[in-house]
Amino acid sequence: MRRILYIVQKEFKQILRNKVMKPILIVMPIVQLAILSYTADFTVKNIRIFIQDRDQSALSQKLINKISNSDNFIFSGVSPVYSDGFDMMQKNNIDVMVSIPEHFSRDFISGNKTSLFIAADAINSTKASISINYLQNIIAIFEEEQAAQKGMAGGNAGINIIKRDWYNPTLDYKFFMVPGIMVLLITMISLFLSGMNIVREKELGTIEQLNVTPIKKYQFIIGKLLPFLIIGIFEFTLGLAVALLWFKVPMLGSIGLLYLFTFVYLILILGIGMFISTITDTQQQALFLSYFLSVIFILMSGLFTPIESMPVWAQKLTLLNPIMYYVDVIRLVMLKGSSFGSISLNFTIITLSAVVVNALAILNYRKTA
Amino acid sequence: MTEENVIIAKELTRTFGKFTAVNHISFNVKRGEIFGFLGANGAGKTTAIKMLTGILSSSSGTAVVAGFDINKQRNKLKEKIGYMSQKFSLYEDLTLKENIRFYGGIYGLSKAEIIRKTGEMTERLRLKEIENTLISEIPLGWKQKIAFSAAILHHPKIVFLDEPTSGVDPITRRQFWNLIYEAAADGITVFVTTHYMDEAEYCDRISIMTEGHIKAMGTLRELLTKYDSKNMDEVFKKLAG
Amino acid sequence: MKTFFAFVTKEFKHIFRDKRTLIILFGMPVVLVILFGFAITMEINNASIAVLDLSHDSYSQKLQNKISASGYFNIEDALMSYSDIEKAFGTGKIKLAVVIEDDFGKKLINRNNPSIQIVTDASDPNTANILSGYLMAIIQNFNREQGIVPATLPEIHTRMLYNPENKSVFMFVPGVMTIILMLVSAMMTSITIAREKELGTMEILLVSPLRPVVITLGKVIPYLFLSLINAITILLLGLFVFEMPMNGSYLLLLSEVFLFVLSSLIIGLLISTVADSQQTAMLSSMMGLMLPSILLSGFIFPVSSMPVILQYISHIIPAKWFIIIIKSIMLKGAGLESIGFETGILVTITLVLGILTVKKFKIRLE
Repeated sequence: MRRILYIVQKEFKQILRNKVMKPILIVMPIVQLAILSYTADFTVKNIRIFIQDRDQSALSQKLINKISNSDNFIFSGVSPVYSDGFDMMQKNNIDVMVSIPEHFSRDFISGNKTSLFIAADAINSTKASISINYLQNIIAIFEEEQAAQKGMAGGNAGINIIKRDWYNPTLDYKFFMVPGIMVLLITMISLFLSGMNIVREKELGTIEQLNVTPIKKYQFIIGKLLPFLIIGIFEFTLGLAVALLWFKVPMLGSIGLLYLFTFVYLILILGIGMFISTITDTQQQALFLSYFLSVIFILMSGLFTPIESMPVWAQKLTLLNPIMYYVDVIRLVMLKGSSFGSISLNFTIITLSAVVVNALAILNYRKTA
Repeated sequence: MTEENVIIAKELTRTFGKFTAVNHISFNVKRGEIFGFLGANGAGKTTAIKMLTGILSSSSGTAVVAGFDINKQRNKLKEKIGYMSQKFSLYEDLTLKENIRFYGGIYGLSKAEIIRKTGEMTERLRLKEIENTLISEIPLGWKQKIAFSAAILHHPKIVFLDEPTSGVDPITRRQFWNLIYEAAADGITVFVTTHYMDEAEYCDRISIMTEGHIKAMGTLRELLTKYDSKNMDEVFKKLAG
Repeated sequence: MKTFFAFVTKEFKHIFRDKRTLIILFGMPVVLVILFGFAITMEINNASIAVLDLSHDSYSQKLQNKISASGYFNIEDALMSYSDIEKAFGTGKIKLAVVIEDDFGKKLINRNNPSIQIVTDASDPNTANILSGYLMAIIQNFNREQGIVPATLPEIHTRMLYNPENKSVFMFVPGVMTIILMLVSAMMTSITIAREKELGTMEILLVSPLRPVVITLGKVIPYLFLSLINAITILLLGLFVFEMPMNGSYLLLLSEVFLFVLSSLIIGLLISTVADSQQTAMLSSMMGLMLPSILLSGFIFPVSSMPVILQYISHIIPAKWFIIIIKSIMLKGAGLESIGFETGILVTITLVLGILTVKKFKIRLE
């Protein structure tokens, strides 16, 4: 047992002495968390819109004003000429164009059918769909206001829609993303550090010296695991501090529960890293493999894109993805205050996986070639 | 007084695919000997040492080292042996003291023992001033001596040295061999490989390996007589032919 | 020249002998393209929602049918009471609950402003917004269809330009190229050189008759080659598997790819001049290069949604310009005139970094 402590001591000394490590472990996560949280916003904003006004009436001007006053759009120009707008779109200067036809005002006032034409840069199809949706809503409100003024019944006089947003009434997207990004950072740091560690000793040759000693395999792996586990918990604490203090993410559930889950999760991730370390010969290979896995895990975790939007086969695959479970838990506990009962399934799966993966790593580590 | 054989190797063999690195070698090493395992680069010396220390499995054949079978009793074996690889394997980013403390702990020495032995070592090698210096900043010759001391810290029955004097100046080499003599006098058998033929003269018995086989074995005098040579260089040239 | 070729050949052999790395190197683009093409999408279809119908009349039923028929929603749960909503949200499966009040039908016919509550699980505010937006549109349409009110709402005709089938697939091909090329060109290059330094073999090279410039070039060329192959593989996948359009000139496309690869390689070299070990090189490339590139390039997250200061920073990320260029060429058929500005920036960044790298290299070697 004492042997494990000796390894832990050595690892810590090596990590702390590494000049590069310290900024990477302390400054980087904070910076990343800060920047990432501000970038990871899928909310569609600042849509650049151009309006082709072939009607040029008081009514069309009112519509134009309504659109440009909206928070979602950036008014980028108006003219009666189609190609003015189209050229801008071709040059990536606008995202959406609305065309108001001639006689729009005349037809609207006399109660005849009217039309509006929207052309969207659909390369980002989601952005396009959402822009169109915003416009539809704005036009509906506009129509109702104008109709009411004219004493006509507006399009929406029937149903009264009340919107209630739970758990995040200010609709702050960061509340949703920051916990997820914490997961991302902790996972990447832990995976890469543990993934490259044993291979490094292999590459430098110090591992031979260890293999010759009577140290047992499990002592070796645990000895390497513990320092990274401690570092991981430290990173988590840093991230949590930033999330709570800077971003003011709610913490409705139990912090203890969160730490417990993080503890088990880290053991799993570090185990995966160790395992990678036992099947690679060079740091480069370990890096590649870790990178490959990270990217796939992250993309398929529901962190950035909803799992429900994936095809069934992909959804089934996410069941093998540790990040998926962690993201789920951290959001449930922090934003909804879920208790152990709700996350017990996740917890069990991660714990079992941690045991299995680490056992595999120990079994796979060969002291004898 | 009975003489133990610290190493008994029988038909020890190791192949890598079609290539046979170590070809059915058999030999004994007596307790307290300084046994020189000579041969040119690529003759199979390192492979043989790796098998004898239990970090490489043998393809066929057996060996008993320090009383333990190299294939079946590896863990017990490793408690009784020391090893210094070609790369010295001290951690560059730890200090001298830290390296010693680490290896001492791994071999199961108590804290008190480690402190005592570290003190003895730095005294003997006169390295007290640099005991808190990082290995990366210590010159090669000293590193080598430190690595050797680390390898025998736990007073193993036998210590294996793989090309310990490569790349080091002759004076440091001489000093190093003094350390080896001391260890042997202390009861530690020394199994050393080298491609420096002149170092053979420091050993009690020598074997010469070429292309996986042991072509010759005996004391320095025996070999010089048998091959009618003035020094080991000549013997080697005649064998390698 | 001959020694140069020998050197480059040796480097190639190194790389090709490392089967594990190769598998990942060539397998990764394929996997990523498949993931992005088939699994990752921002589109929200079949969102699971719950309905609390307190009316149970024909109109509330008609509304629910209309909601189901839209394709955006799956009504998974019929709730019994308001307090059931929290439970439904608790597991995270239900994203939204529609509450139809008492006497909905009667109030509707009598123009008595019946109300519908849209309760969202706003822990994911983006989805919440999108779903409630769609739902509102559906309800507004329902309103109109009941004929309760005259149709003064303008009919809206929409056209999706450059992507008539509105496939979200096209976004990612340039993005995936960025990820892979950054990996190969920047990360691998920086590690390779750092490795030689760490293992001490760099000094051996420097002592040899090969000039340092030659050594550098020799190390870099295999990765240039690999990057180009990767880029082309990804393009081919996009073109043939996902039927991405190619409305522009192949020559222009490949030239721009080459330019981007070059910029990535130079960044890799720059990192290697600064890093003292592989670990350092790796972590710097990852934290200082990859993550910012992926995040700030606009490939996943729209740059326009970011705070202004980050938008400024994104201007110096080569990946950002590269993605715009690729999309313009492939999807808009743009020629050099349209993307002249972006190309110019890429060239400038490459040159500046190149000069910086050469300077640092010289210092290192002295």
